[in-house]
Amino acid sequence: MLSLLTHIGRFTLRQLSEMGRMFLFLLAAIFLAFRPPAKIGLIIHHIKTIGVDSLSVVLLSGFFTGMVMGFQGYYSLRKFNAESWLGSAAALGLLRELGPVLSAFMVTGRTGSAMAAELGTMRATEQIDALYSMAINPIKYLVSPRIIAGLIAMPLLTAIFDVVGIYGAYLVGVGLLGVSSGSYFSGMESSVVFNDVYSGFMKSLSFGLIITWVCCYKGFHAPPMATGVSQATTESVVLSFVLILVWDYFLTSVML
Amino acid sequence: MDEPLIEFKNVTKRFGERTILDRVNLEVRDGHTTTIIGKSGTGKSVLLKHMVGLLSPTEGKILFKGKPVDRMSRKESDEFRSQFSYCFQNNALFDSLTVLENIALPLQQTTRMGKREIDDKVTERIDQLELSEVAHKYPSELSGGMQKRAALARALITDPKIVLFDEPTTGQDPIRKNAIFSMIVHNQKRFGFTTIMISHDIPDVFFISDRILVLYDGQIIFQGSYEEIDRLQHPMVDEFVKSLEHFQDELTGLYSKKTFTKVYERAVTTKQPGENLTVAVFTVDDLDGVSANLGHTTAQEIIQSLAVYVNRHFGDVGISNRSGRDRIVTILAFTDRAAAERLMEDLARDLRERGLIDIQAESRPAQSYPLSILAGLAEGKAGEDIDIISERARSVQKEIARFQCGAPG
Repeated sequence: MLSLLTHIGRFTLRQLSEMGRMFLFLLAAIFLAFRPPAKIGLIIHHIKTIGVDSLSVVLLSGFFTGMVMGFQGYYSLRKFNAESWLGSAAALGLLRELGPVLSAFMVTGRTGSAMAAELGTMRATEQIDALYSMAINPIKYLVSPRIIAGLIAMPLLTAIFDVVGIYGAYLVGVGLLGVSSGSYFSGMESSVVFNDVYSGFMKSLSFGLIITWVCCYKGFHAPPMATGVSQATTESVVLSFVLILVWDYFLTSVML
Repeated sequence: MDEPLIEFKNVTKRFGERTILDRVNLEVRDGHTTTIIGKSGTGKSVLLKHMVGLLSPTEGKILFKGKPVDRMSRKESDEFRSQFSYCFQNNALFDSLTVLENIALPLQQTTRMGKREIDDKVTERIDQLELSEVAHKYPSELSGGMQKRAALARALITDPKIVLFDEPTTGQDPIRKNAIFSMIVHNQKRFGFTTIMISHDIPDVFFISDRILVLYDGQIIFQGSYEEIDRLQHPMVDEFVKSLEHFQDELTGLYSKKTFTKVYERAVTTKQPGENLTVAVFTVDDLDGVSANLGHTTAQEIIQSLAVYVNRHFGDVGISNRSGRDRIVTILAFTDRAAAERLMEDLARDLRERGLIDIQAESRPAQSYPLSILAGLAEGKAGEDIDIISERARSVQKEIARFQCGAPG
């Protein structure tokens, strides 16, 4: 019994100290992001890797998510003779929930994992130590620009996901299932308010922070070996997914 | 005595339960080449990382110019770190950057220099280290030797006062190993930095070191010069150093110092005390000049080629050893001086007629450099210190062959 308690206590302490380290890591990255000189070139480079390089996967997933919503929404709404509200249902679902969450999942899988693997490899091959030995702060050089880029790119990707999703639902609802084009857009116009867009924006912004923070932290502190890199990559994706869903719940409950 | 540049006082480092460094005391002197030797896993890299501040000691003090590193203000600490450069074992070049970008990075990130100024300095360093052809390539596209040079160029771009090399010759063949050592010596003379190096390559690394530290079981068991370690009658040091030495010298294929000494001692026992023996010493004149003008690899190939000639003419009657970066010593225990002189004449003629063929074939029209081979003979008594006889032979050396290397045509 005592041994079990010891194990639980040790595990809890370990997790708490890991959380503390993660939080301090984030604070350092944010603090260093504001310390001159600004790494504009690096930020632009990472906006490209997070944003442009994830665009195709976000477009594809957004389009098919919208089409599925078109089918499912039509099926559900028809039971209440409310097919004309399909545009409203698709837009609200995408703007408030599916857009931010699914695009964050896509970016985690596409870019977050690559980020963790890249930093993990840099750790294993002593490139991070090399930066330190050259008096270059590795957090300022490697982490802060990625976090800023994540904060900029993620809302943009989510916006693209939303627009493409709404168009996908329109194609299915109007093109295949015969919903009126006018009622699709007028329903959307009458039900979507600024707060819906704002809520989605805030979610995507915080997901951008979560993805870059978690993936950079895991990669940066990866054990310096091949298995360490793969372990860091897996952990970064799993933890990002979990944190995105948990944080989504809190934000939804606060902003509803 | 001058104040040491870096001093460790009872430095202990533990990772969890494991003690890696155990009350280490050491001194590194300004302008010297200090080499740390020790078996794998004894904490050499950990020791080096403490010097540059990548790791902090669990106990003990590290002093830089007499000042404890842990009591430095942030400004002093930045200044302290800016004096160091670290050449990592696997080079640690950034694989997403080209060679040129890798070399420019420290200047871009840590100085207020303008783009043109940085470009000029990087171009100069690239030219000095013969990297012009690969400046726009990525590290993965370079050979091991080129990567090493790129890492050295990056380490030297900030004009550091102290350069740390963590096993700079790992995975290199004997010629390249010695070429890298030669490159380090050459650049140290040129830029005047203090070198601290980890290496297993005995005896090659001894030839370029002013001071040797032996790390054993987490402790420094010896600090001193090559001559001191060579003469030291310390069973642990002796056993340890010999365990790292091979039967044959890797570069030349001649006997290692350990084997050479044993064979000499055995030969001497068969002779009457006071009976004569002859020693020949061969030297490549101005090896540093040869390295600078014909390349470090070529300089090592010259040594290797000379060893082939020495072995061809003296191999049946003598035992030979490379006793320095540019020197080969041969003991002719049962050959009198007259016979030794005849052998020397044959070798000189052969060398002049056949030349150092491979070297001359590596013609570089832009660079031509005179290469002299010197040789000398001296007699000694059985049982006399071999180094003393060798020194006598060295003092009477004369030119036996001269080539114009890299000449056009």
